[in-house]
Amino acid sequence: MAEGVVEINDSSFDKEVLEAGIPVVVDFWAPWCGPCKAIGPMVEELAADFGDKIKFAKCNVDDNPVSPGKYEIRAIPTLIFFKDGKDVEKITGMVAKSKLEDSLNNLL
Amino acid sequence: MEKTDYDLVVIGGGPAGLTAGLYAARAKLNVILIEKISTGGQVLITDWVENYPGFPEGISGFELVQKMTEQAKQFGLVIENNEVLSLELSEKIKTIRLNDKTVTTRAIIIATGASPRKLGVPGEDVFFGKGVSSCATCDGPFFRDRVVAAVGGGDTAVQESIFLTKFVKKVYLIHRRDELRATGILRERALANDKIEFLWDSVLTRMDGLTNVEKITVKNVKSGEEKNLAVDGCFIWIGILPNTEFLGDALRQDEFGFIIADADMSTSVPGVFVAGDARNTPLRQIVTAVGDAAIAAFSAEHYIENF
Repeated sequence: MAEGVVEINDSSFDKEVLEAGIPVVVDFWAPWCGPCKAIGPMVEELAADFGDKIKFAKCNVDDNPVSPGKYEIRAIPTLIFFKDGKDVEKITGMVAKSKLEDSLNNLL
Repeated sequence: MEKTDYDLVVIGGGPAGLTAGLYAARAKLNVILIEKISTGGQVLITDWVENYPGFPEGISGFELVQKMTEQAKQFGLVIENNEVLSLELSEKIKTIRLNDKTVTTRAIIIATGASPRKLGVPGEDVFFGKGVSSCATCDGPFFRDRVVAAVGGGDTAVQESIFLTKFVKKVYLIHRRDELRATGILRERALANDKIEFLWDSVLTRMDGLTNVEKITVKNVKSGEEKNLAVDGCFIWIGILPNTEFLGDALRQDEFGFIIADADMSTSVPGVFVAGDARNTPLRQIVTAVGDAAIAAFSAEHYIENF
């Protein structure tokens, strides 16, 4: 059952993402980032479409410096696609929904 | 009259598209706005807008666009998240090929805007998102107490470099001339900012690093002398290029691809109008984009009435 986009933090990251048991997409964002807020609704829509097979999570980089550091994030919005606990794809910036759909399908 | 899916299709959801949509919806045209990603366009990457009238205290780019979107929707504008792949403009009724369907319309307003231009130097693509950026509001905070380079000398380069100094230890501002092109107040603020070191008459020629950008090469165009600088990030603000590739050669464009229009925003194809940064125009601001858009919507309405 789809549960929308789950808010995660540095301490829950391993459990929620790496040990999720299904593919996970993490949306790294911050409240001061316009493009991040702009793609938010699109990520919610994708969560509704793919939510039964892929878990969607978002991580506020302001409050959680460890995870963005670990994945060498220097720009947001960045989406990282995880499969079996490994980061398999990283997309930075605003991209079309169709491109994200392709990446999500690759994850399945 | 032959039936079409729409009277008017507006392509692009930045300030120009949203304003054209607002005017058209308010004029009760059967209109739709097609946006590829999310409404906003380049304004989204602007930290603070202080030259758009009506907001004396300034407003964030995101908030301004949110208000424009809300206002257009109030008049019933439908905004669809879809991508225009190509246009068929040879018949009087125009056909637009989208990602998943084809629609017909009487008139079109192109408001696809522009995107930041790249330098085209080695390393730039490899390190994009890995230290190389065009968005200080998005990425500036990742460079807290670090050293970054910025390239450009216009309003965007200067305003965003000043914004970066809130976070970084130092900005090398690399400009190919010996004076800034930016408007007076920005120029003054930048020259007075002791975190900005100016590298005049200089161009960035390459970027190097392991996983992230670590070093850039800068060449003085007058002396020919080259030097390396250690940086953690590099911001590129050297102007823009129009998002008009999908048009092919259907419309008259200038050498850079900006669409050429008359004072009524009509292009070389009857029924196709243009507004905002995609147009060949001497000034590209939010305020000029929305002005273009009001004229384009007015002209489109007139064209549709006489279809």
